[in-house]
Amino acid sequence: MTEAQPAETTRPGTATTELGHAALGLTDDDVLAMYRQMLLARAVDERMWLMQRAGKIAFVISGQGHEAAQVGTSWPMRRNQDWMAPFYRSIASALTFGMTPEDIVTAHLAKGDDVSSGGRQMPGHYGAARYNIVSLSSPVGTQVLHAVGIAMGAWVRGDDVVAITSFGEGTSNQGEVHEAMNFAGVHRLPVIFVCENNGFAISVPLARQVGGLSVAARAQGYGFPGVTVDGRDPLACYAAAREAHERARRGEGPTLIEATVARLTSHSSDDDQRRYRDAAEVESLREHDPITLFGNRLLGAGLLTEGSDTTMRAEVKSEVNQASVRAEAHPDPDPATAERHVYAEEAG
Amino acid sequence: MAEQTTLEAIRSALDEELERDPNVMILGEDVGRKGGVFGVTEGLWAKYGDKRVLDTPLTEAMIAGAAMGAAIYGLRPIAEMQFADFVYPAFNQIVSEISRMRYRSNNTFSLPMVIRMPYGGGVHGALYHSQSNETYFTSTVGLKVVAPGTPADAKGLLKASVRDPDPVLFFEHKKTYRLFKAEVPDGDHLVPIGVADVARPGKHLSIFCYGYMRFCALEAAETLAREDGVEAEVVDLRSLRPLDTAAVLGSVAKTGKALVVHEANRFGGFGAEVAATIAEQAFEHLDGPVTRLAGPEVPGVPFHHNLEDWFMLNPAKIVEAARALAAY
Repeated sequence: MTEAQPAETTRPGTATTELGHAALGLTDDDVLAMYRQMLLARAVDERMWLMQRAGKIAFVISGQGHEAAQVGTSWPMRRNQDWMAPFYRSIASALTFGMTPEDIVTAHLAKGDDVSSGGRQMPGHYGAARYNIVSLSSPVGTQVLHAVGIAMGAWVRGDDVVAITSFGEGTSNQGEVHEAMNFAGVHRLPVIFVCENNGFAISVPLARQVGGLSVAARAQGYGFPGVTVDGRDPLACYAAAREAHERARRGEGPTLIEATVARLTSHSSDDDQRRYRDAAEVESLREHDPITLFGNRLLGAGLLTEGSDTTMRAEVKSEVNQASVRAEAHPDPDPATAERHVYAEEAG
Repeated sequence: MAEQTTLEAIRSALDEELERDPNVMILGEDVGRKGGVFGVTEGLWAKYGDKRVLDTPLTEAMIAGAAMGAAIYGLRPIAEMQFADFVYPAFNQIVSEISRMRYRSNNTFSLPMVIRMPYGGGVHGALYHSQSNETYFTSTVGLKVVAPGTPADAKGLLKASVRDPDPVLFFEHKKTYRLFKAEVPDGDHLVPIGVADVARPGKHLSIFCYGYMRFCALEAAETLAREDGVEAEVVDLRSLRPLDTAAVLGSVAKTGKALVVHEANRFGGFGAEVAATIAEQAFEHLDGPVTRLAGPEVPGVPFHHNLEDWFMLNPAKIVEAARALAAY
């Protein structure tokens, strides 16, 4: 994620052409930061599962396998300037927009001062006004209209703001998603639609959800570009999102990015994907783990060594450990507050 | 003080709020160049431009959802549903999203936005251009719901709704749009949300109503006074949520009899809430059964004028119900 200020000068590094990041304007430090962000998202996610199994949190819905797509597409967004309307797997996007591991663990523990909802919403319902992340509900696809509405607001005011929203390919079939894309296309609103296509809507495979099998192809009908990228590759996702961001800022309108990813876990902690996916398929999912794939590329490019990888993973683990300890110390919500904030209190 | 129709008063409110606050915008189907199918927004597109008076595609969920996004961003959108009958595609956005945003975000997001909806029958609109569907929304916590019955209240309540920090559903009875002219105060006329209006004081029974029914109830009250010597107190609720419970109970304490009148069907209708409130909190004042006069239990207003007349409440039906209650 870049700050809303001039980018750091690219510094001469040891990059080989193999990774291709320099051509995207990314420094060695940038790609290592992206990799670290993916590791961090994974570590927080894994911690949620541990805490769920320990009985500390009720439910987990995971972003494992989606990290490259999320880090890559949210990386060009400007913190505290651009906006995001996330979905329930947006853990890495939420971190990239500014949520801390402590924020996320606190929300999963439904603590009284969690930044998303103060303990009112289920785990995975990302959102935080302080980071320009729209509060998420559970009916899928509604958030796509909110991103479009934010983009409309920026367009009406003439502000330099881009909205990004993400959703699964199952959600892409909702009527509200169609309405959102159509309206954004009509007015060339500054919005980026990211479909994280993991091939399954809980148990229903792509072939039974998406006529034509391509979500990106629909963009043509709305009058803006739709691109399919390898969602396991953060640099490919970054390149598509950066171009989409520039298009939006130039007033040329929306872009639909379909990032193909693998859902490494079951749909949620209440689901067991072995009931509807072949054992061999489940077994092979790890081959599509974006962290392993990107880590290997960084090793191959000489940007990462076994040693530095181990050190980075240890740092991330320590960060998540500390965040979890702090999160558990947050106060539980007080039922005496449960009737508050239905309406604005100053209005009586 | 100028005389205006309800339609003109609503247009004045929109114009003044657009003028006052650059964050105010209007969006909906045909609200732009055409000025709305009823002419409510006529002239505003030319005055405020394409972006602040924005024609949208024929997509109600988008209108509500994009308005919500704009409100998140800091604007004060006024969305228009062309007819209340067509709001249902937006139901998910209104009920799942708009009503719950402040609560679910623990007060970190708020939605200062208005959804205007022409509702009600008596205009030859049949099943799908006549509905009074306010109860779906009055039973939704997190929304405010208002339904004015006079030009002055329409203007004052709409301006208050635009400035309210929470989402307001603004029900405009389309039969009142051009039904009569009345004086509307000059200047920045605001009517607070949540305050009922005693449209006519009386001592023998209370008639609780809103929207077009205020007009009908006042006519009925005149007949009752003239022909029966019954002085009915007409209380225009104006705001359905929040309901001015104190005004309702105060009137019942005075008259001892309550007739609740609305065009929407009776079963589970808004009158049930008013009646239950009276039964629970004013039981000792009651001198007769709390009575509801409501639209019939059919799925909509049928088209032929014979059928529509059968459906619609009117002053004569109110007189009849009031006589029975007064005689109790």
